[in-house]
Parts: sequence; structure tokens; C-alpha cells
Amino acid sequence: MASHGIKDQVAIIGMGCTQFREHWDKGTDDLLIDASSAAFASAGVAKDDVDAFWLGTASSGMSGLTLSQPLKLEGKPVTRVENFCATGSEALRQASYAVASGAYDVAMAIGVEKIKDSGYQGLNAPPAAHDGTKRNLTAAAMYSLVLPAYAARYGVDEDELRMVVAKIAEKNHRNGALNPLAQFRREMSAEKICEMAAVAGRLSVFDCSGVADGSAAAIVVRAEDAHQYRDDPLYIKALSFVSGTGGGLIDPDYDYTAFPECEMAGADAYRQAGIDDPRSALAMAEVHDCFTPTEMVLMEDLGFCERGTAWKEVLAGTFERNGDMPINTDGGLKAFGHPVGASGLRMHYECWLQLRGQAGDDRQIDLSTRNLALVHNLGGYPGEMVSFVSILGPEVG
Amino acid sequence: MRGIISFGGYVPYRRLNRAAIAGVMGRGGGRGTRSVASYDEDTTTMGVEAARLALRSSGVDPRALWFATADPAYLEKTNATAIHAALRLDSSTGALDFGGAVRSGVGALRTALESGGPTLVVAADIRGGLPTGADEANGGDGAAAFLVGGEGDGPVVAELLGTASATEEFVDRWRQPGSPSTGQWEERFGETRYGPLAAQAWKEALGSAGIGAGDVDVAVLTGAHGRAVKRVSGQLGVARVADDLAAAVGNTGTAHPGLLLANELEQAEPGQTIAVVVLADGVEVLILRTTEALAAYRPVLSVADQVANGAEVSYATFLQWRDMIQVQPPNRPEPTRPSSSAAARAQDWKYGFVGSRGTESGMLHLPPARVSIRPEDELDGMAPAPMADVGAAVVTFTIDRLVYSVSPPVVFAVVDFDGGGRLPVELTDVDPEAVRIGQRVEMTFRRLYEAEGIINYFWKARPARSSSGL
Repeated sequence: MASHGIKDQVAIIGMGCTQFREHWDKGTDDLLIDASSAAFASAGVAKDDVDAFWLGTASSGMSGLTLSQPLKLEGKPVTRVENFCATGSEALRQASYAVASGAYDVAMAIGVEKIKDSGYQGLNAPPAAHDGTKRNLTAAAMYSLVLPAYAARYGVDEDELRMVVAKIAEKNHRNGALNPLAQFRREMSAEKICEMAAVAGRLSVFDCSGVADGSAAAIVVRAEDAHQYRDDPLYIKALSFVSGTGGGLIDPDYDYTAFPECEMAGADAYRQAGIDDPRSALAMAEVHDCFTPTEMVLMEDLGFCERGTAWKEVLAGTFERNGDMPINTDGGLKAFGHPVGASGLRMHYECWLQLRGQAGDDRQIDLSTRNLALVHNLGGYPGEMVSFVSILGPEVG
Repeated sequence: MRGIISFGGYVPYRRLNRAAIAGVMGRGGGRGTRSVASYDEDTTTMGVEAARLALRSSGVDPRALWFATADPAYLEKTNATAIHAALRLDSSTGALDFGGAVRSGVGALRTALESGGPTLVVAADIRGGLPTGADEANGGDGAAAFLVGGEGDGPVVAELLGTASATEEFVDRWRQPGSPSTGQWEERFGETRYGPLAAQAWKEALGSAGIGAGDVDVAVLTGAHGRAVKRVSGQLGVARVADDLAAAVGNTGTAHPGLLLANELEQAEPGQTIAVVVLADGVEVLILRTTEALAAYRPVLSVADQVANGAEVSYATFLQWRDMIQVQPPNRPEPTRPSSSAAARAQDWKYGFVGSRGTESGMLHLPPARVSIRPEDELDGMAPAPMADVGAAVVTFTIDRLVYSVSPPVVFAVVDFDGGGRLPVELTDVDPEAVRIGQRVEMTFRRLYEAEGIINYFWKARPARSSSGL
């Protein structure tokens, strides 16, 4: 009984990603067609060459028909998956296992979300039938609990910590400003963000991810077949997933300064990939910055720095694009936008570009000493969440 | 000897300063304050709060629950069943509504005093009227509960000496179901009807008790007709007429006789004679005498404490809460109605606030779970954990200005219960600026929202009001 992983058994041979933004002129079908077409073209395959599909969407459609109908897939299996905001990564995880098992030769993972047709602001998932006792609280408010808890635990001044997390948004906006696919292309200063009205705890709207429509897709094959398609595939080193007990909500020992599900998923991924020290092994990471405090805590959960030190590293510039540990070089959920089912695959798309030197001169990170990337994608709330971690690299071994 | 075994009055936390009415409208209002049920309260939830206070003082299980209100949350469906569920009464305990009329509150109490078996009588009301009217200013919101029984059921703190009732049909005050205001006939007419009826009932009640008016220490006198009450007040010939709480609370209608009686009982000595005289479509009179058992009786939270500890609500907010003005809702989906079958399965949790505790670990699970988060507990190795009366403290909190609420913002806290256990829970009766870590809170039964005509009841936490230091 163990998580063995499928290190170097599966490779990504092509990816596609639409612009993430308020696509008033595109529906779910258009976004799926655009992202899948880009992925087919990237891999140099036709849709009929793909043997099986995994479609991730949180609430933009039910069943495999959501994909097979617009793409007119003939006689192909399509599985719709949903795992909160980690839905897109979950699609990739399932597609990867499918080719690793030998059941299929070529599989596609595609994620999509058409959020802006709801007529409401923010993310609003339709609730299942319920007994009326579920708490009534936005995700922003749940994550806002992190700030005072972290400040108290590590003796950081709350005003200073508020500025620290605004710096995370500032960095992600700076990265997004350079990215033609990102929702927000404007820089935003931490000072300005701090001046904005609080909407949840001390968080302002600009501490929250961008609400966008979009789609992203990946095509995977067994590693030994990858070079039939291209010279520079990306190999999957680790895929881990932890779905929590929800115990954090009722456990008096939980203090809202860490996300144990993320820590466990990270540790499992490092085991699978054979990584002892992530900070010295990883060239970059795409992490789930749904709210600014989330990214700060994740730096510690994923072992990029010691507990209680992430806030200092933020101020030191460690996580900037040209820093020692670049985080969310594409702008993250904050500036790239967060179409729920697509975000996990968007994160992989950025690694796909960066690790293969394709991000463009103004965005490309330094790969001279390290060439692995980590993707972290979570769904849920502090105390009750699911967490995905993958590790990717351009070489086998 | 049948009488009152325990009792509780409930005054909601919010007060409207009557002067604020004229401040906005240019007229109306008056001096002092009136009590205001919060946006998440209705007569059922206030009835639960009063009944919890009554039951916690006695520990006696009622065999019947009667609920009276002139402002029922539901028609057709019994409201007393939600109170029954929140109190976790046995399913063999009947629950009935006494519907519609202000008189039904004192009527239910008299009927309980004259029948058998331990009976919990609950009365609650939300009183209002159109802006600037007298009913808006002089009405109040509140509830009262009495556990009535004989000596075999528990120590009686006030025994029934006598009763009387006088009835006559005349249209003095009236309201159609769903109407926001009550009509009233020319005042002097009602006065001519109530005067003789009161004299008749008063004489008969004194006779049935075998005492004279001079033997009555205090008369709790209230009714639906202010002038008539004032006139009768001068005619009873008693040593003292009880404070009618008009200055701070207002007239709580169906609940008012009970609320005033609870207030008097909390201040009374053993051996005192208390008369209750209520003018509503006739006259009801009860005569009670406090017993030696009253000396040992300790209210959980007195009416006087609740009257003294309230906080103001603005007139604009009051009007919103009473649906007198509509405000722009947040651009968020409205909540969906709770599933009746899911709610029924979760009845003990949803209405009774009962979690589960791991028999090995002692770990509290809210909501109750079959599988523990602690490995030492077996599957289904859980015991019910009633938490409604357990105090808690705020561990951390946040203010949510984005989420849908009838009265934003939502104040939300993570609270740790005394003796172990945690819940993230919405706070109510709280000003966002006043919340602090370490603050003591207690659970309160509330109406979270209404969807498709179904009211979603559940529990919130509020800053502790109980003198018992819950």
C-alpha cells in the first residue's frame, strides 16, 4: 500500500490554452474547441488520433457529452471529472494514469469553465440538496482567517503582514502584465491594494483571483512514445492528490497558518520524484494563489522555506520572476484569472512553456541550474480542502 | 396544587430609539425604546429562546407544548413543532399552536393552569405597524415561557389561586393575515366595553381565589387597548400595578402578560399574591401566590438583565428588517430552500444542535459524524453531544462583506466550546467593530433565511447574555 507514482512513464506532447478573460463572445463549446485545437496543433495530432479524453469542469456542463458533442468525437470515451478548483489538474492526473496503464496510447486532459454566463459576480457553484446547516461564508472570508492567525503565531505585525500579501498580488500582476493570455495586463502596486476597501476580513477584491472564462488542454502519451511526436516533450515526475477529512474545521488544534492537505500532497510528490530539497531542485512553481494569503502559506507547506519565514522571503523578492524561486510567473490565479476547471491545466501550460524555453524573452526564467517545475492546485477552504501537486521536467531521470 | 414550576422571558437584543422615528419621518415615535427582533428572529425562534430559559431552570420534561402568537411564522404548518425539536422534547410530547389572536397567549397559560400534566406554554410576538403609527412605536418584540404543572412534577414556585374570564364580541382591533398593520376602532368605544368586562372578571377571580383586592400585592395588567388598561389600572384597588416595560421594551402583545409576569416573579418574595389581568377581546384574570420554593429558584437570565443589556438598531435598519423598505440585495445567488427530507434526517443536529463525540477520543464532531477524525474511535463509535447550552469562546473571526445576507455584513467566527470542540459559526446580535478574540459566546436558535416559503432554521452564536456565564 503506497503511492508509487509514475515518474517518467508519461510525457506531455502538446498543450493549448485560450486567453483567460471575460469571454462574452465565446461559450463553453467555443472555449473547448479553441483549447483542444491548439493542443492538437501543438502535439501535431488530429482529434481522431486521441484515444480517450478527460474533461474537467466544475459547473459548466455535465458528463462527457460536454466535450464529445462540440468536438464531434466519434466513438471515443470522454470522462467528466470534478474536484473543486483542482478539477483541471485532476483531468490531467486521470489521463496520465490511463496511458501509463497501457489502456490507451494517446489521451487528452482538457479543462474549461464558463463562469461569466451566471449573471452574478464571483464564483457561484450550484448547491446540492442540503439540510440548511452548511455555513454561509465566501471562500475569501475563509482564507482571510489566515492573516490574523499567521500574524499571531509568528509575531508579525498585522499591518505589515497585510502589506506582505499585497506584495504577492503586486508580483503576480507584474507577471500577468507581460503575459498575452492573462486576464489582467496591468501592474498594481501593493500600496494601492492596501488602500482598497476590505471585503472579507482585511482582504480586498484585489487579494482574490480574477474571475474569468477559459480553457486549457494537454495531450499525454507514454514516455517511450513521446519522441514520435516531438523532440522536447515534458515528462511527468510526480502526480499526487490529497482529499482532506474536513477535520480542520472542528479540530481545536488547527490554527489556520498551514494547509495540511497541501503539505501532504507536496511530500508525496517529492517522494515520487525523488526530491529531497525542493528549493534547490525546482526552477519554478505554479501554485494556487486563490487569495494572497494562500500563496504565502503554500511557500511553507510546499517546503520552499521554513515555517514562519515565507513573509520575509516575499519581502526579499525570493518569489519574483527573477528571484531564487519564481512563483506564478504567468500571473497566477490572481492576474491570469481563474476559470475553475481550466486553472490546473493553465498552470501546467506555463511549465510547458517555461521548462522548454518557450515563454518568450521578456518572461523566460533562468534554467541554467535547475530544470524542474512544480504545480500546486487546491480546491476548498482552510480546514477542508483537496490538494494536487505535480512535478514536471524536460528530461528523463 | 397546580401552578408555575419554571419560567423564562426573552427580550431580543436590539432596541429602537423611538425618537429616531421622528428624526427620519418628521413625526411619530415618542420617548424611550422598544425591543426589536433581529432580521434572523421570528416568533418561533424567540419562543425557543424563552422556552430554553424556562426548561434550564427546572429540568422537568413537559408532556405538552403549547405555542401562542399573533404573528406565526407559518400558517397551516404547526410552529410549535420547531420549538419542540429545538428543545429536543420526546416525540410523545404533543405540540400545538394557539393561533392568531393576542388573547391566545394568556389563554394558553390559563388553560394549562387548569388542566393536567406538565405543560410548557410559550408565547411570542413581533409587534409593528406602518411607519409613524402608534403600534410601530409602542409595540415590542419578545417571548415568554412557563412550565406549568403540579407538585408531583416539580416544585411549584407560584400556585394558582383563582381565574376568571369575560368574553364579548366587539371589533376593536383587527388585522387580516399578511397585513403589515392593525386596524383600530375609535378608541373611546373600546374603553366602554373593556371597563365593565374587567370589573366583572376581576370580581369573579377574587371570589374564586377567596381573597379581596387588598390582598393582592401586585397586578400584572396589560392589554390591546391602552386607554382601557389605564382606566382599569385605577379601578383594581391593588397595592401596586406592575411595571409594564413600556419605556424600554414596548407592548409585546401575545407575549406581554407572560413577559411581565416573568419579570415580577423574578423580583417577588415567597408568599406574595400576583394577579394577571389581560384586556384582549374580553378579559382574562389569573391569581397566583408565590411559594417557599421561589426562594431557591434561580433564573438563568432575568428579564431585567435582558432589558438592561441591549443595543440600538437604526430606524432605517429596523424598517428593512420589517420589510417596510426594500434594499438592493448583493449580486449573489439567493440561497436555496433546505431539503425537507435532508432536514428531517438531520433533525437533532439542525434543530437541537446535537453533535457527536468519539467514545474513545472524546473528539467533538459538528455536525455529527459516523466516522471520527481520530483513528482510535470505531466506526459509529460516537455518542450524541448536545451542545446548545454549552458556552464557547471566539478563537478567530472575519467579516464577510461579499456573501449573501438579509442584513450584511456577515460576522463569522471560529469558536471553541468549553470542554473541547470547535465550530466555524456565524455570529448574530453583534456589532462587527465589537468582536474580539476570546469573547464569550453562546448558541442561539435563529432563522437563517427563507426560500420558496420554507424557513431555514439553524443555530448561530451570539455574545454571551447569560448571567450564568455560559
